Amino acid sequence: MAQVVVVTSGKGGVGKTTTAAAFATGLAQRDKKTVVVDFDVGLRNLDLIMGCERRVVFDFINVINGDAKLNQALIRDKRLDNLYVFPTSQTRDKDALKREGVARIIDELKQSFDYIICDSPAGIEHGALTALYFADSAIIVTNPEVSSVRDSDRIIGLLASKSRRAERNEKPVAEHLLLTRYSAERVARGEMLTVEDVKEILSVPLLGIIPESETVLRASNTGTPVILDTESPAGRAYDDAVARLLGETRELRFLRPERRSLFRTIFGRA
Amino acid sequence: MTDNILQGALFTVMVMRVGGVNGASLEQTLRNQITRSPQFFANAPIVLDLKDSGGFSETREFLEMKRILASLTLVPVGVQNANPEQRIAALAAGLGTLTAPATSRRSAAAAASAAIPSRASATPAPAPASQTKSLLITEPVRSGTQIYAPGGDIIVVRSVSAGAEIIADGHIHVYGALRGRAIAGATGDASARIFVGRLEAELVSIAGRYLIHEDIAPAHLGQRVQIVLQEQRMVVLGSG
Repeated sequence: MAQVVVVTSGKGGVGKTTTAAAFATGLAQRDKKTVVVDFDVGLRNLDLIMGCERRVVFDFINVINGDAKLNQALIRDKRLDNLYVFPTSQTRDKDALKREGVARIIDELKQSFDYIICDSPAGIEHGALTALYFADSAIIVTNPEVSSVRDSDRIIGLLASKSRRAERNEKPVAEHLLLTRYSAERVARGEMLTVEDVKEILSVPLLGIIPESETVLRASNTGTPVILDTESPAGRAYDDAVARLLGETRELRFLRPERRSLFRTIFGRA
Repeated sequence: MTDNILQGALFTVMVMRVGGVNGASLEQTLRNQITRSPQFFANAPIVLDLKDSGGFSETREFLEMKRILASLTLVPVGVQNANPEQRIAALAAGLGTLTAPATSRRSAAAAASAAIPSRASATPAPAPASQTKSLLITEPVRSGTQIYAPGGDIIVVRSVSAGAEIIADGHIHVYGALRGRAIAGATGDASARIFVGRLEAELVSIAGRYLIHEDIAPAHLGQRVQIVLQEQRMVVLGSG
């Protein structure tokens, strides 16, 4: 049974697209046929993060409007056989996301994929609501910081009231909290909320903690999902989170400030 | 002290139909029923429904009924469906008159008119089946959500997030943390209270008076409290 997973947050800039790309890649690595769909019409970024921006011909809106077939718009990932990217349009706006058209496409994707990852735009307006409407489960991306936590709280409320599952009185959307850009040093200094604080406020099960890492920026710039960087703490943390989504038990890592090695201190490479 | 010592309150109370039964068999029937669950009936207030009853036009009959009921640990407090003659006789026997609800199901207006003063009995009225208008919320109340309980209390088992708003015409109970806004006595009931498991509220209000977060003494923040309106002022009481 195909699973529709929305990656959402309310607030912008918290790491939704990075997370969507990482999860899609991680699931494909585990032999799940996966497509990652960009709902951020007008601010097309997912294809950049996935490194396929030069291969976009048709997009989500073309397919909604019947100008192109789904197969023409899906871009196959060069690294993984069972990973596809469904890019959005840069020239249109969110109003082009018509509910019936999106429903038709999601249904069609469900025929051939195991996982449909929906990368939501920021905000709580039409774009974000359309992205979460069809979800079976949700990954709520949150930074350990008050405004992000509050926006996530709002989005969780919308998942419980505005999703198709809520409207049809079905089993509620499964919620997963993903803490991103987590800096153990800053938490230790009291500059960021602790994991416990965030869990307490949101009361949603924790799927993972992604440490703040410069490797994320590097990965974005090179169009390589950070989960493929097995040296990077962020990449490894995403790998753990994907495993947990599939039901594995993995211990939380990167919760404590890293000790600087003697080598790094001597050579000033910290 | 306060300018309003009389306040309306609603109670569930047993009603006994006295029409069409004579004294002896009534006493026997009652006794049978009470021995089955004596705890339930102990000192319970009771209203006599005089519908279709012959007699009861003399105070003496009411006094006799009071004596029978007292022997069965019941406390008669009033009558309903009384004709003018019966009403006067009942009053002389110390029984007030209550207006019968329009239907057997309790409507708010009917229940209000059937309300008896709380001083009528020291024992709380037994409540067999919950038919209250309380609104029970078992999920966290998320930011941006507004919940209103018209004509009743609101009970939140978990927390109320910052940016959420809960409103009740009656009391508000929050067992988790209250981080958003809580507005009790929204239609002006100054006796409404707010009970909070952990007070971190943006705003609390009772019957139009309010406190914002900054007005709340730091000693009460993060604590289990109740908030009441005393002489038009919002007062936060510790759990004690």
